[in-house]
Amino acid sequence: MSGLRTLYEKIWDSHVVHRRDDGTCLLYIDRHLIHEVTSAQAFDGLRANGRSVRRPDLTLAVPDHNLPTTPRVDGSGARMTIADMDSAAQLEALERNAPEFGIRYFGATAPEQGIVHVVGPEQGFSLPGTTIVCGDSHTSAHGGIGALAFGIGTSEVEHVLATQTLQLTPSKTMEVRIDGSLGYGVTPKDIILAVIGRMGAGAGTGHVIEYTGSTCRSMSVEGRLTIANMSIEAGARAGVFAPDETTFAYLKGRRFAPKGADWERAVSAWCALATDAGASYDKVEIFDAGAIAPTVTWGTSLDDVVPITGCVPDPESMADPARRESMRKAIGYMGLAAGQRMQDIAVQNIFIGSCTNSRIEDLRAAAQVVRGRHIAPEIRQAIVVPGSGLVKRQAEAEGLDLIFIEAGLEWREPGCSMCLAMNPDKVPPGERCASTSNRNFVGRQGPGSRTHLMSPIMAAAAAVTGRLADVRDWMGVV
Amino acid sequence: MKPVKEVFGRAYPLGRDNVDTDIILPGRFLKTITRSGLASAAFESIRAEPGNIFENPVWKGAPIVIAGQNFGCGSSREHAVWAMMDLGILAVIAESYSDIFSGNAFKNGMVTITQPRHNIVRLLDWAQVGAIAISLLSQTITFGDENVEFHVDPFRKECLLKGLDEIGLTLGFDADITAFEQDLSQRQPWIALPL
Repeated sequence: MSGLRTLYEKIWDSHVVHRRDDGTCLLYIDRHLIHEVTSAQAFDGLRANGRSVRRPDLTLAVPDHNLPTTPRVDGSGARMTIADMDSAAQLEALERNAPEFGIRYFGATAPEQGIVHVVGPEQGFSLPGTTIVCGDSHTSAHGGIGALAFGIGTSEVEHVLATQTLQLTPSKTMEVRIDGSLGYGVTPKDIILAVIGRMGAGAGTGHVIEYTGSTCRSMSVEGRLTIANMSIEAGARAGVFAPDETTFAYLKGRRFAPKGADWERAVSAWCALATDAGASYDKVEIFDAGAIAPTVTWGTSLDDVVPITGCVPDPESMADPARRESMRKAIGYMGLAAGQRMQDIAVQNIFIGSCTNSRIEDLRAAAQVVRGRHIAPEIRQAIVVPGSGLVKRQAEAEGLDLIFIEAGLEWREPGCSMCLAMNPDKVPPGERCASTSNRNFVGRQGPGSRTHLMSPIMAAAAAVTGRLADVRDWMGVV
Repeated sequence: MKPVKEVFGRAYPLGRDNVDTDIILPGRFLKTITRSGLASAAFESIRAEPGNIFENPVWKGAPIVIAGQNFGCGSSREHAVWAMMDLGILAVIAESYSDIFSGNAFKNGMVTITQPRHNIVRLLDWAQVGAIAISLLSQTITFGDENVEFHVDPFRKECLLKGLDEIGLTLGFDADITAFEQDLSQRQPWIALPL
């Protein structure tokens, strides 16, 4: 042991309550986010065993997955009912459980409501150096502000509610170093798609990724949240960025961020979190940001990534028979042909939103592409779903909503929306969606749906052309 | 959770890589507020394929699944494990797992065994013709005349064999947690929030 530690190891070590001889640790959890889908059974478990929530102050509940993104109150200000009875029951369960267990709750019509992974950082609830969990795999997003954040299952949700801890074994460490400037029309989303495409959808299994390098250091917090968010798509437990001046500037003054003397103490503690010079990682991958083009997925796994200038690959060119077979299946499901140019693929649906890409910078960038243009006549459904009520109001203050509406896109209420087909926003069977979400899995956006993942500006370009398009041809003056 | 010592029976020769939790249980079935009743939705898209293994009487009701790399990747939904268990599956043998899936499986008493590719290939072949016996106690998989060993984390093994309630175990560390919190409130007073 050199005594030199990585950012991940420092956060881990400072949260160990008890360490067993076999290495399993009881780890303290500083922040617990709750949503309606993965919590009802956990609260039932507490009730069945007569247990309470140990630290309601460290817990924040927000509904997001099931909520329709259509208006939530009618003209008279009364709350609209939710037609899907199962969705309504799940949302009602959270609305009952939160006050029963004394948990802070941003309800469906609260101005702060949004996707948990957008709400946490923007409220200053998610802080550097903390451990953050949520019954949702995209909790890795909060690593963008320098937290150790990861998704858990419902049994673990119950465990954290009851004990504010988790029994865990340490992960291995992996450095993903990205250096250089982003090319024209290339965004953090393109970086993470290209990174996972090269490493493989299982490359990070058992690891926590730390994103380093000049590209990451000069990236905005929102860009970092996008990249950390998709760490799970590389199989990693979590992804972290070292907190720096950019992080502190982003957090200062936010609702739950430390204030006054606490702020000064916190910043000095956060500065000490950076990986020690000379500390080593179990695995290192190096990328040149300048070599990354706007990137899209063609298939049904994050292995299936290609630059927009490329073509659907040919399974027959694969040496590994298992990979050949999975590519054949994916091409069949997606209704594509090997060798087809990506820019020739027509889309019928556009989704700009999700915990990956629904923050204000995403919406500003997408609005720039559609400003003064109109969506193609072939587009049947094009929705823009801000990540939270705060994002929505900020966008409206900047007039972004009108830009989208004039271009023919719909401007919706915050929620998970078309990312996962749990609410009315779905891609119809056999139709194709240019989507800024994070998963292109079979049936993810609805039964038979075909997803192409991309950045917000690329989805905006697809909206204008009606097919996958290279946004670099569409940026700038109309 | 119920104790589990061994699993014996036929094994679904699924074999695929990157079987994500949307494949195991599509998102629209997550609207339940209980843990049961998900069997009919498990592996829905695969069960729609003609000649699939899940509807084949040879394997229907089998307690084991054999798969490739990165099993259970994607969404953290524990509903995927509940659905598999509702279908009667008690163990998975795969090349690798997503961390969240194997954790969820463990919490529900489902055994997740990791095996190298060459053994997965042999097991997939065997699963076409015969049953497989998994012993958690001796950490072995027996199929036909063959025997392979597997690794299991000692803590998880103990919990699985005894069917221990993990929350109950952790509450045994209540004094340690309280001491940690007292220290934390001195070191980082900004962690605690007003209610």
